[in-house]
Amino acid sequence: MSRPLIKLQDLSVRIGYGDKAIRPVDGVSFEINRGETFALLGESGCGKSMTALSILRLLPQPAGRITGGHVYLDGEDLTALPELEMRQVRGRRVAMIFQEPMTSLNPVLTIGDQIGETLRQHQQLKGQAARERVLELLDAVGIPDVQRRYVEYPHQLSGGMKQRIMIAIALAGEPDLLIADEPTTALDVTIQAQVLELLQKIQQETHMAIMLITHDLGIVAGMADRVAVMYAGQLVEEASRNRFFAEARHPYSQRLFESLPDVGKRDHALRTIPGFVPALDHDFAGCRFAQRCDQAWDYCHSHVPSWSIETDHHHHVRCHLADENVIAPPVSEARETALRHAAAGQHNGEALLDVNDLKVHFPIHKGVFKHVVGHVYAVDGISLSIPRGRTLALVGESGCGKTTAGMGILQLLRPSAGSVRFDGTELTGLKGERLRRRRSDFQFIFQDPYSSMNPRMRVGDIVEEGMIAQRITKTRQERRQRVEKLFAQVGLSPDHVHRYPHEFSGGQRQRICIARALAVDPRLVVCDEPTSALDVSVQAQILNLLKQLQNELGLSYLFITHNLSVVAYLADRVAVMYLGRIVEEGPVAEVLERPLHPYTRALISAIPQVEPDSRREIIRLEGDMPSPANPPSGCHFHPRCPSAMPECREHYPGETGSTEHRVRCFLHR
Amino acid sequence: MRVWIPGSILGAWALLAMSVYLLPLSPNLIQLEHILVPPGEDALLGYDDLGRDIGERLLVGARTSFLVSFWVVGLSALIGTLIGTVSAYQGGVLDRAIVQVIDIFLAFPGILLAIALAGLLGPGIENVVMALAAVGWVGYARLSRAQVLSLKHREHVRAAEALGSRRLRIMTRHLLPLMMAPLIVEATFGVAAVVIAEAGLSFLGLGVQPPDASWGAMIRDGTRYMLVAPHMVLAPGIAIFAVVLSVNLLGDRLRDTMDKRLATAARKDQ
Repeated sequence: MSRPLIKLQDLSVRIGYGDKAIRPVDGVSFEINRGETFALLGESGCGKSMTALSILRLLPQPAGRITGGHVYLDGEDLTALPELEMRQVRGRRVAMIFQEPMTSLNPVLTIGDQIGETLRQHQQLKGQAARERVLELLDAVGIPDVQRRYVEYPHQLSGGMKQRIMIAIALAGEPDLLIADEPTTALDVTIQAQVLELLQKIQQETHMAIMLITHDLGIVAGMADRVAVMYAGQLVEEASRNRFFAEARHPYSQRLFESLPDVGKRDHALRTIPGFVPALDHDFAGCRFAQRCDQAWDYCHSHVPSWSIETDHHHHVRCHLADENVIAPPVSEARETALRHAAAGQHNGEALLDVNDLKVHFPIHKGVFKHVVGHVYAVDGISLSIPRGRTLALVGESGCGKTTAGMGILQLLRPSAGSVRFDGTELTGLKGERLRRRRSDFQFIFQDPYSSMNPRMRVGDIVEEGMIAQRITKTRQERRQRVEKLFAQVGLSPDHVHRYPHEFSGGQRQRICIARALAVDPRLVVCDEPTSALDVSVQAQILNLLKQLQNELGLSYLFITHNLSVVAYLADRVAVMYLGRIVEEGPVAEVLERPLHPYTRALISAIPQVEPDSRREIIRLEGDMPSPANPPSGCHFHPRCPSAMPECREHYPGETGSTEHRVRCFLHR
Repeated sequence: MRVWIPGSILGAWALLAMSVYLLPLSPNLIQLEHILVPPGEDALLGYDDLGRDIGERLLVGARTSFLVSFWVVGLSALIGTLIGTVSAYQGGVLDRAIVQVIDIFLAFPGILLAIALAGLLGPGIENVVMALAAVGWVGYARLSRAQVLSLKHREHVRAAEALGSRRLRIMTRHLLPLMMAPLIVEATFGVAAVVIAEAGLSFLGLGVQPPDASWGAMIRDGTRYMLVAPHMVLAPGIAIFAVVLSVNLLGDRLRDTMDKRLATAARKDQ
């Protein structure tokens, strides 16, 4: 076999000095061959981005530095290269694309200039030659109408387009290795499918290697040739994709698979990983995962596991269980977590919430006198109902109006038209004090647990706030007791009530937010993407908690999300939203297995699947969602629809299908 | 620079201003035999053109400038923050009207407006406070309005609304504490500006009236004898310089620590 393209040998990185220095990368070794896609998988904070940055020697300055090991690019040691020569490596031989396409481009330069910059630097192309090459590159990354885009600025492009531009910039230097750091995390699932397909196509054409950094097992399954799992600054497992998905050996990798929600796990609690990633500021006496591992025994805490290798499969595992020289005690059969049956106890078909033709329009003001020149039709006539103790999922891509719908239902934004009946009361007519008193019945859980708590208040006071507002308990003493009870209920220690929000991790904060919502005894909770800011293993904890609370308290959920696997695990019914309207609604099993609307089908086909062999047909949607200020005529979806007919342009289709499974599409009349 | 140097200067300022009430001073006592006598054993800071003890007058002036800056900053910050917060949180027509008023006030040079007002109201220390506060609230109103506009769409404010918290509570618990840092920094710089403005108004004869002492009035009197008796200008000049510098240094320091605290909290968020 030929020499690997890039080879990391025992690479170590430190950030900071003295006792406080942390070691985000600690003795990492791997190789990537030409034309190969190598996936580096791990949760946030495991050191995967730092590994990538240290290959390019772009660690945060001045605190970050490489303290050991080597990076060989085609046999040349990059760690020993002078800075001047290193600049010839960056962008020319190793290029990188980042997670956030919105901030990776310079807002004051045109697209053409930004791509041309790399060409000038690395290919010595100028003038007309450079321009032609830029247009060629834009064409290669699938940008339509290249002549116009050449002179446009980043703000004129959508997120998916910007990521394509980033890829074009990376390709401009004709690199041997492309490092893609979570390239699709900020994108919607249909756009993600477009970008991943583009990367694969380019790789086939140019035979470059891709180092793909991701936390998404589904993306790994679809893209990678080999996989390495990173945990707390070290690789814990490395294998070919097929072997990894068939037979992951490290307990951490196994737990990652088990914490993924999907339809098959509906009736059980998801398996979670207890505890946290350890702080990386000290030497470890034993295995770094031992404290969270349910198969660990004494030996794991006192001996550092070696990087054992099964040579016939090139399968590396850093675990004593995989080491033949270590005799493990007979492991008690991996204990099953207590599985509760999600019994649908209180269900009696009666609707708790009934939304009819709800509209939330935002006026667009212009000119000195601020007259209204148009409207953003964020929510444009949606109807849905949620029975007691049940969960309705509202699914859609960013910008489809799902969060606005949730806010409009709870009267946090006043609807422009339509009715919202909650337990027989019309909410849209309620005002002032009467609405305020009613608010204890319905609560909102926000997407971002970081910004949804006042940083200057203690978490106990935060949870107590609703009780004060609704006068639920009379004395401070009673309130305190109730706060402690709520803390216990959401799985937090009651000792923590005097702490401030920043002392908690993301998952813990989301638990506090749930406790705050529960403090006023709500019957309906609108959850707006409550897990999208969290890691997979933490997401599983929160989903378990929400499910458990529903069983105990008979809560109804309106679950707003873009993640269909979560829907499959948690929801009873699902409504799919596109550009302010619900295009399909029905029972989860029905909709996910027999989707009727072309948009639902595309959405479902675009979810990366964990089974690497399931070669499914991805229905590619062209382009992006249009602006809700100026929706297309007729069916809003027709410009992107693979099966659009002439009449789709004329009218918006009416509702058809059974009462159980409704759809708005001319294909189903 | 360490905090304690400017801190102790300001402490001394406050202490001296208060000591006026306790000490047996006679700042307005005219002693013709001491006219323009430079500092010496008799009086530490010498005598002015009417033979009054400059040291004693400096103490009384400290009280004047301290009281004026305390009241002006307190009043403007209170009124400005109230108007700005309510305006931004309420929004709509009220907000648009208040923005217009703020814009009109900002269109005038502040000190000019204060001079006009003080002239209109007539000389006197209460009128100086009112004139300066009438100009000063605008800055706080604009600052707090901008803060509230960015804070009110934060999710924790939405969460409080969803819980049914009252408006007053949302403003006091969720908005005010988060905009304290910039307001406090603005207020410290405000103290320095007011000390100078008071001196300026008194210098123009619109502030403290003879025979009462203020640092500005003392400089005004001293300029006429600058060449023969520079100590008349130097003593109050240095006093103003020290106080303003100390306040600014402390304000910078305060802003840095508050930024740092916010930055640390934000870093822990990551």
